[in-house]
Amino acid sequence: MSETFTGLWHNWYVQDLLVLALSALLVRVAAGLRRREYWRLAFRQVFRRPLARVAFWVLCGYTVLALLDSVGFHPRMRNEDGTVRLDRATGRAVLDPDGLSLLDVVLTPIRTAREKTYSAPLAARLFSKEAMAAPGGGTVRDYPPLRYPRRHLLGTDRVGNDVLYLALKSIRTGMIIGALTTLLVIPFALLFGVVAGYFGRWVDDVIQYLYTVLGSIPPILLIAAFMVIFRQGLFQLCLIMGVTSWTGLCRVLRGETFKLRESEYVQAAEAMGVAKLRILTRHIVPNVMHIVLITSVLGFSGRVLAEAVLTYLGIGVAAETISWGAMINDALRELARSPVVWWKLAAALVFTVGLVLPANLFGDTLRDALDPRLRTQ
Amino acid sequence: MLAYIVRRILYALPILFGVNVLLFVLFFYVNSPDSMAQTYLGDKRVAHEQIENWKREHGYHLPRLFNTRESFPACFTQTIFWQKSIPLFAFRFGKSDLDDTHIGAAIRARFPFSLCVTVPVFLAGLLVSLFFAMVVAFYRATYLDTWALVICVLLMSVSTMIYIIVGQFLVAIRWRLTPVSGFDAHPVHIWKFLVLPVGIGLISGIGGSVRYYRTIFLEEINRDYVRTARAKGLGEGAVLFKHALKNAMIPILTNVVVSIPFLIIGSLLLENFFGIPGLGSYLIEAIAKQDFMVVRAMVFLGSVMYIVGLIGVDISYTIVDPRVRFQ
Repeated sequence: MSETFTGLWHNWYVQDLLVLALSALLVRVAAGLRRREYWRLAFRQVFRRPLARVAFWVLCGYTVLALLDSVGFHPRMRNEDGTVRLDRATGRAVLDPDGLSLLDVVLTPIRTAREKTYSAPLAARLFSKEAMAAPGGGTVRDYPPLRYPRRHLLGTDRVGNDVLYLALKSIRTGMIIGALTTLLVIPFALLFGVVAGYFGRWVDDVIQYLYTVLGSIPPILLIAAFMVIFRQGLFQLCLIMGVTSWTGLCRVLRGETFKLRESEYVQAAEAMGVAKLRILTRHIVPNVMHIVLITSVLGFSGRVLAEAVLTYLGIGVAAETISWGAMINDALRELARSPVVWWKLAAALVFTVGLVLPANLFGDTLRDALDPRLRTQ
Repeated sequence: MLAYIVRRILYALPILFGVNVLLFVLFFYVNSPDSMAQTYLGDKRVAHEQIENWKREHGYHLPRLFNTRESFPACFTQTIFWQKSIPLFAFRFGKSDLDDTHIGAAIRARFPFSLCVTVPVFLAGLLVSLFFAMVVAFYRATYLDTWALVICVLLMSVSTMIYIIVGQFLVAIRWRLTPVSGFDAHPVHIWKFLVLPVGIGLISGIGGSVRYYRTIFLEEINRDYVRTARAKGLGEGAVLFKHALKNAMIPILTNVVVSIPFLIIGSLLLENFFGIPGLGSYLIEAIAKQDFMVVRAMVFLGSVMYIVGLIGVDISYTIVDPRVRFQ
């Protein structure tokens, strides 16, 4: 079962399609919201705060980088003399099996500038001494010069990869974990929460039982159980994080629908004989959407942070996936070296805080504007 | 009161049963005993008899839900569900499939170590964050409030991993103020090993809780009775610390009481980094070794603790708020 998951998931196109579908959905929702007065006012209030404005544009920047990294293609392989390599049997050009993304193309100067091993940020020489041929014959031990001196803004890691490149590539992993989980959570939470709150009685009982059972297992333990069985991987992680965060949103939505059911406009619609489905979609769902939005933005940051912890515990993304969690893991061994290699940890810190802090600030302002009484932690 | 508690516990039973069934499906259907045997015996080229032998030794050769070979009582009892899942209700967790140690005994031996870390973090964290939250609420809508909030959000935005790694590196490795990791239960030495993990646990949690308690206080401050108290001429300090704090106890209790039972589970990361042999590191070792039965036992224990916490919240309401009746 887990092989099917990972097999599907490793197919680059499935990931890309999901990411593109997600962004299309976001644009569609944003366009829909612009037409409603209530949301326009709320967003105007949010954007009046300079901090929220900055946070929004930073989040947009991260999104653009993640999208650039999601548009992938397989370039032709080249021979050493620069000609296109041809397959001997078919005569066609050989395609690079790993594939490149648009972000890789943009970052070509630092992606291809590989060093031998560690080098400090903006250094001109390697971080460790090596035996080299001295000009007058014999050997000396000295720091050898870098192939690309002063090119690496954040230094290089153990195998000579540029740390800035790794940090930028991790954005996509972080955004997928934050955003794809949200995409999985919202439909279920919205459907079950609204239906339970509106219809009540046995439907409510069944749904309440379902989310109480799931919600009574501490998230970290449920994630551990799930990931031990399905093995680590990005898709499994998104799935189980969706399952664990579904219950909280569902509970809040059920409570809110309970209140809305008694409101005058829903009663009026019922008195006029409007179909139940129509009441749900026209009168109830639009009026709980603000809760969905606030919890999504605030939950997003929690998931990005959780990835690092879970990857460390061996229940996160696979070892070969480039992610901030993997970077922090590597940093553990690097801090034990002497002299200390600190730049990978610093890069992971700056890039995660750069994403999570704006998400938190923006989410807070959004909550203050849309529903100040909603309690979130 | 007693009848109320008994009723609450009876309500909790169906939920625990649901958790048990969920774990049964996850650990015996999704991950079948055959694939479990394969994980332990090595993935490649295991003879069919080897797998059957392993299953017989560990009691997985039985049918999962219904044994067609047996007559009435035995057709239900001679099954994996009866033998492996039902005993969880009596906290009999069975043996680990890897080394045949009793899981229940290991949990009993390890949980005091977890409490050594989590209880100080919990108590100190509660006091410190309530204090700061009240100070911030006292200076609400000033620059102090704004900046305190920004610092809180900043503290929340840093991964716990970073706090631990940097804290351990600076305090224990660079400045050599505390041991890097390890544990000694001797009462004279114990504090040396605990001071760093407790400190780090405190800092990593404080941002979120100060912000949360601040919103609770601010909600209370805008109520009518606070306006009445001010109109009577009470000082801002008396209003905040006497009137608002008492009424804010209810939402604070919800948050506090529900997390008390979790203290037993321990902190996975802190225990792992500082070599404290509690339940958190037990779980991490089980994950690394793929010890399915230990993970299952810990998940069940965790949800029992959550439900105990919820019942505790309800009971504490009746003590704090005289308006709440036992119904």
